[in-house]
Amino acid sequence: MNPLELAGARPEPAFTVTFDDRELQALPGWTVAAALWAAGITSWRTTRRDGRPRGIFCGIGVCFDCLVTVNDRPNQRACLVAVRPGDVIRTQEGTGHAD
Amino acid sequence: MPTDLAVIGAGPAGLAASIAAAARGVRVTLVDAAPSAGGQFYRQPATGLGARRAQALHHQWRTWTRLREGLDRHIAAGRVTHLTDHHVWNVERTSTGLTVHALSGPEQETPVAVRADAVLLATGGYERVLPFPGWTLPGVLTAGGAQAMLKGTLVVPGGRVVVAGTGPLLLPVATGLAAAGVAVAALVESAGPEDFARHAGALAAQPGKAVEGALYTARLLRHRVRILPRHTVLEAHGDDRLEAVTVAALDPAGRPRPGTARRIPCDTLAVGHGMLPHTELADTLGCRIDGVAGVAVDDEQRTDVPGVWAAGEATGIGGAALALAEGHIAGRSIAARLSGTAPDPRQWERVARSRAALRRFSTTLDGVYAPPAHWADQVDDATVVCRCEEVRAGTVREAVGRLGAGDLRTVKLLTRAGMGWCQGRICTPGVAGVAGCAPTAARSPFARPVPLDVLAREPLQEGPDAC
Repeated sequence: MNPLELAGARPEPAFTVTFDDRELQALPGWTVAAALWAAGITSWRTTRRDGRPRGIFCGIGVCFDCLVTVNDRPNQRACLVAVRPGDVIRTQEGTGHAD
Repeated sequence: MPTDLAVIGAGPAGLAASIAAAARGVRVTLVDAAPSAGGQFYRQPATGLGARRAQALHHQWRTWTRLREGLDRHIAAGRVTHLTDHHVWNVERTSTGLTVHALSGPEQETPVAVRADAVLLATGGYERVLPFPGWTLPGVLTAGGAQAMLKGTLVVPGGRVVVAGTGPLLLPVATGLAAAGVAVAALVESAGPEDFARHAGALAAQPGKAVEGALYTARLLRHRVRILPRHTVLEAHGDDRLEAVTVAALDPAGRPRPGTARRIPCDTLAVGHGMLPHTELADTLGCRIDGVAGVAVDDEQRTDVPGVWAAGEATGIGGAALALAEGHIAGRSIAARLSGTAPDPRQWERVARSRAALRRFSTTLDGVYAPPAHWADQVDDATVVCRCEEVRAGTVREAVGRLGAGDLRTVKLLTRAGMGWCQGRICTPGVAGVAGCAPTAARSPFARPVPLDVLAREPLQEGPDAC
């Protein structure tokens, strides 16, 4: 049993997005975090001070730990933002703004 | 478009209130951050996933169906306007009433203002997570976060999962993940059988809840999930991602029993230590807030600010059934007050009795589920306690010990703990525990980050018509 089977899901066709130039398949309705998790990716940000990896934490938009760069816009909450066909997702280094 | 009532939050409390008020002729605008109604408890799989059996992920599905149908009926009749994907950042008192300020659009940068005569704050709650060494590693997330991913996107973490902490949320999270095919290595709960036995009388007063707990436990056993009561996670291990956790048994004083520590390999740790209410909007409105318990309300769910009601987790953590009762009473009170009459509480006597019983039950649960008394002793100086600003426990202890900080506000000013993106929502209980100060509700002028250009101008459009 997987969650799609459990919920009797019949998803609309999958589409392609990229994460750090790697192609991933995503389903309509997924958040950016869901697309990354489904591909086995658990971190997509490095912290501003110590450069430590971070990924999803609260999962509901409260903690801002899952910030990521989507289509050149940094500081997007991966747990809230819907993934769209062709999205270019990148690991956010620090503030996400080049020094 | 002005509205009679703006309801903030489309979870159980907000839905019950919207339906009760709309049924009594109130024009309601329901403002919610999610793409569809339900809140955290009834979070629905995204439409594109075509889920035909979403009930497999939920409990009390019949209640949800009733709420959903009630909402749809009032929307179709034009009595309720549901603004989805609207993130409320402020509620403002004006000379003519109240104005709800939200951000909408895919980038959450389009300002929307809703003018209302009354506002119901049904803003819900979020999970409390106390710090421990390794809790910032990727792979460690909140128990509710793992559940939100499952319910909303039907995606689960790969590999082995440990569910840990304390509180009534852990059982449904562990059973939900196990039912979805996840290998749940253990459920680690710091409360033990003796904590339940101490409150046996009060727990039995809500037999439905006890049965629910027993069902969850039976299901876990069927999935061969190991339950470790009276245990705690001492540390999460890994370099760049989680590889294992160390758990230990707790002695009666709440300290790890020497010699009981053991390592459980895992890829995900879903952890939580109870819930906290979202009180930021109430706070900026000037509503009285009872410490960390929630927004203070009277028997009609009114706050002490005229025109502002509150219901559900925002007024104190108590679960979905309590939120429904409070929301219903709020909706009826609002309908009466907006028409200039005092409501007759006898009309909702049955619901008020249920509200009282559920509040008593949640007080009992607070006594059963508590983090280990000495959890802060396990937080070594190198552990990051403020995740946003990367402030370590040692820095907080130095602020208290060497610099003499005596309260949370001073600790924050000296260390920056609580000054980051989340505005202290996540770290406040942890920093307070490590500092030995009383926790205070996170305070912020805005309930979420707002682009400067939005603050610099009046909203370009008023109300739902323009968005």
